[in-house]
Amino acid sequence: MPTLVYADVALRPMSRPWAAIRLDTMIEVDGLTKAYGQHLAVDGVSFRVEPGTVTGFLGPNGAGKSTTMRMMVGLTPPTAGSSTILGVPYSKIPNPGTYVGVLLDASAQHAGRSGREVLHLGTMLMGLDESRVDEMLHLVGLSEVEAKRRVGNYSLGMRQRLGIAHALLGDPQVLVLDEPANGLDPAGIRWMRGLLRGFAERGGTVLLSSHLLHEIEMIADELVVIGRGKIVAQGSKDELVSASGTLVRSLDLDTLAVALKQAELVFTRTATNSLIVQSTGEQIGRAAAGAGVVLTELRPAEGAGLEEMFLQLTADDARDEVSS
Amino acid sequence: MSALTASPAPIDLSQTRRVRMSRLFRVELRKVTDTRAGMWLLIAIGAITLLAVTIFLFAAEPSELTYENFAGVTATPQGFILPVLGILAVTSEWSQRTGLVTFTLEPSRIRIVIAKFLAVVALGLAAVAVALAAGALFNVLGTGLADGAGDWNLGIAGARDFTLLQLMSIVQGLAFGMLLMNSAAAIVLYFVIPIAWSILFSLVGALEDAAPWLDLGTAQQPLFDDHSLTATEWSQLLVTSLIWIVLPFAAGVMRLLRSELKSA
Repeated sequence: MPTLVYADVALRPMSRPWAAIRLDTMIEVDGLTKAYGQHLAVDGVSFRVEPGTVTGFLGPNGAGKSTTMRMMVGLTPPTAGSSTILGVPYSKIPNPGTYVGVLLDASAQHAGRSGREVLHLGTMLMGLDESRVDEMLHLVGLSEVEAKRRVGNYSLGMRQRLGIAHALLGDPQVLVLDEPANGLDPAGIRWMRGLLRGFAERGGTVLLSSHLLHEIEMIADELVVIGRGKIVAQGSKDELVSASGTLVRSLDLDTLAVALKQAELVFTRTATNSLIVQSTGEQIGRAAAGAGVVLTELRPAEGAGLEEMFLQLTADDARDEVSS
Repeated sequence: MSALTASPAPIDLSQTRRVRMSRLFRVELRKVTDTRAGMWLLIAIGAITLLAVTIFLFAAEPSELTYENFAGVTATPQGFILPVLGILAVTSEWSQRTGLVTFTLEPSRIRIVIAKFLAVVALGLAAVAVALAAGALFNVLGTGLADGAGDWNLGIAGARDFTLLQLMSIVQGLAFGMLLMNSAAAIVLYFVIPIAWSILFSLVGALEDAAPWLDLGTAQQPLFDDHSLTATEWSQLLVTSLIWIVLPFAAGVMRLLRSELKSA
């Protein structure tokens, strides 16, 4: 286990005057689409990420998160659509590692290299001072001894820390991280939250993906939710979590649904045998009374909307650990 | 927040230079040597080179102990390992998935290909230098220990042919690696194709005359032998190199430029 560093984020003072060179949109994804034969892995995905925010890219396994991120950094050619980071396509950024820190797969490192060597190669390529290696190792809590071990012997959590260290090596302004919390224990997730929060407070921009709602709720303040290749919701976490609506359960959900339809109320059926209705409790109660249906629960949805939506997505896409 | 978002001007990326080729070259060179597999291959090249000249020193007739022969006996064992280095220089980007990092830090894939090409050529030249140095040392030892002839008969042409042979093999390895993107497949095919090919030529009599034009090994034979290639022999070398090195290299580059790098 790596030594956990809980101290405040020890990022060095910014070497570049970020405030002087701000964009109002750091990442812009516009209609990205990726087709594999007949299958649309990513289908017209569009979103923007603003500076100083941590944006969570949430979706079940196989929803298209990783494919979208790979298209954003030029590793996968899109079938249609485009994306920019810092206002230009990623491939047009000179020495991109010094502007955008990317971690797409923590395990995608040569098993035969030491953690220190991985970072050393990064400093060589980006033309950075060798001292960055020790700074980043310290920042992510990998000890001197651990850094000398080969990555093949690392736990997933240690690889994630190394991957974060590598992404931060070039002192970037934007971070693009695919499932960075995967393999971290709860303390590690808390550590990462502190790290990314500090990074964003300094004006940095983070896009990170996860297939776990509670994980992303802990870390992100903006959410982009993807399911089966399409964006299904986006907005601030507060907005989405406190999404308006009333949750209702009944002994006879089908009859209730018919009654709500007749009353022209808008609703969605959840995976847990309840309805989320975009109306007041009174309107729902009247419709139910009219149809003679017994209600067993009637209350404000309070974020159940997001959770239900996510459960629905996950249930629909229940696949056995097929990663995107 | 408003102070931070006050100036929505585009970030000035023009002040940053792209990654210099010299840096890419040094990184790619280091990547070939800084893994356990790479390090052992390098050690193996050195060890086998020394082993070959040592065995030759004690096994050969004194009259055969010349510089050309000492250098020559290192060619075949080195020729087994150099292409593997060339193959692994590129296949590890896929098998170990380091390509996700490599092609993210330098999005221009053709520049990575150029850096890798330069790196394996540099390694090939280093191997040649080791072989020539070991050959020279043992030629001197040969005259002292085994009453060897000790002729310094390699000559410019001999050194040229030797260098050419080793560089062809390591570059061909790189080409096979790019084309197949899989270490095992590339290594097996690299060694099996010439065997299958020579069996074919020996079985089909009608093909025997065509062999120097189609079989790289046959066309390379004069590089081992007399170091005075005729115009026809140079042409044969050129044609077979086109077929077995340049063509796979070009196809490999096309594949590398177009492929998608997948995570997990």
